[in-house]
Amino acid sequence: MRIAKDLVAASSTPIVLAILSEGESYGYAILKRVRLLSDGEMEWTDGMLYPLLHRLVRLGLVNAVWRVPEGRRRRYYSLTDRGRTALADHRRQWRLVNAVMQGTWSEMRAIAAAGA
Amino acid sequence: MMDIETRISEWRSHLLSRASITESDADELEVHLRDQVETLTSAGLHDDEAFLVAVKRLGAVDALTSEFAREHSERLWKQLITGPDEATSSDLPVMLACAVAAAIAVQIPRLVTSGNLDVMWSFYLRNAALIVLVWLAGYFVWKRHVTPRRLVVPVIVFVASAVFANVYPYVRFGSTEILTGTHLLVLLWFTVGFVYVGGKWRSGRMDFVRFTGEWFIYYVLIALGGGVLVGLTQGVFWAIGISADTLLSNWALPCGAAGAILVAAWLVEAKQGVIENMAPVLTNVFTPLFAAMFIASIAAMVWTGHGIDQNREVLILFDALLVVVLGLLLYSISAHDPLSKAGLTDVIQFVLIVSALFVDVLALAAILSRITNMGFTANRTAGLGLNLVLLVNLGWSAWLSLGFLRGRRPFADLERWQTGYLPVFAAWAAVVAIVFPPVFGFA
Repeated sequence: MRIAKDLVAASSTPIVLAILSEGESYGYAILKRVRLLSDGEMEWTDGMLYPLLHRLVRLGLVNAVWRVPEGRRRRYYSLTDRGRTALADHRRQWRLVNAVMQGTWSEMRAIAAAGA
Repeated sequence: MMDIETRISEWRSHLLSRASITESDADELEVHLRDQVETLTSAGLHDDEAFLVAVKRLGAVDALTSEFAREHSERLWKQLITGPDEATSSDLPVMLACAVAAAIAVQIPRLVTSGNLDVMWSFYLRNAALIVLVWLAGYFVWKRHVTPRRLVVPVIVFVASAVFANVYPYVRFGSTEILTGTHLLVLLWFTVGFVYVGGKWRSGRMDFVRFTGEWFIYYVLIALGGGVLVGLTQGVFWAIGISADTLLSNWALPCGAAGAILVAAWLVEAKQGVIENMAPVLTNVFTPLFAAMFIASIAAMVWTGHGIDQNREVLILFDALLVVVLGLLLYSISAHDPLSKAGLTDVIQFVLIVSALFVDVLALAAILSRITNMGFTANRTAGLGLNLVLLVNLGWSAWLSLGFLRGRRPFADLERWQTGYLPVFAAWAAVVAIVFPPVFGFA
């Protein structure tokens, strides 16, 4: 399924923060997780994840460390306290947006059912 | 058929050829590419196919590098503002025209006052910044295609400065006249900055700080070369038996000094890549030196039991020193890589901020006791205000810098504080230049 560009832009930050809240990770693994969670439906352009991660580091939401755990040297990202606060804030916002959408859609269904 | 290693290294060097991608970005992307290739080959794809698919998934190099550039504006700050396709060659004639205009403009007052030195110097004191910087502002108006709506504020500031500086009945060479002259320079430089950022006032402020730093370096380089040239010319003509002194001091020096302001600005715009690599080096050299100097002077004051002398010249010297240090601090902040963790240079920077804060407090105490002993004058009040403005800036900077060192805050907090504070300097300069003269009776 194609997801509109604006929606990808708006949701990518909370998604990355949420994945990192499960524990530290690196770019490729984050993308694999996104693919898994969306049953392969959500496809990001892989490279675009990195500028996003760097922005989160600059804002202090995420820490970055180079490490060599097995074989390859990778930059690992982990959530900071500030990042956890930001994630909680994102969650509140998305929950509200989601509630509004659910409300309108169940109303639409009710109207459709009454018309039939 | 090319082997996969060659293809990966080719792809990597293609990435690195772009200014926005650093070695560590390339490392990060390469590991990603290798992970992806590995996954695909283990799913049954050939190396070649796997490579192609992996590269495609990472995204087109152009789109990728421009995304990196958007996030890391400090890596190619100039291209971002001007746009990558704007040719700098068409700049050259415009810049030269502005430089010539500035050089001519700077001569007119001398020719008009025809030998009345007091009138001439008093006029230059109040108007030199106006005469020259208006051309620099004009150059950026042309270069950034500034819309008329955005021109309202700069035009008002320039016109108001010109009116106040020349309508007020100053006592010739009195404190308020000197204060107006020096503070107008600051105010108008920030006004040039307003034009420079071309409306991106929030995001562009750091770029203007960088521009100011680079511009200063270029200007000093040109001035050094110009000084050598003038000295040699003087010597050569002296050897021939002709005195070129008046020609040099009346024409070559002022014209050169005015024109060089435009040339330096153009060089920053056109050749920024050359000096960009020097900026972190220069700040790394001078930050510890200034910190050491401050610590030494604090130690000397503690050792001898003398505070800062209440002497007027000494206080001016300390204020000038603090302003230089703040400039250095701003410049080193602008050169800081936002991704890097706190390191030794950040510790030194913190030491510089704290020691400067100490010196500022001592200077503030000295100026306050001078005021309680001898009352308010324009100079003392200007000094008091400057010290307070610096105190607030340095105090909060020290706090943010400490937070960064302890890993509690991102470096961006310090950066945002400093860029957010820039209008305070401009506002204070405007107050001193325009409000102080009537308040202190134009003395």
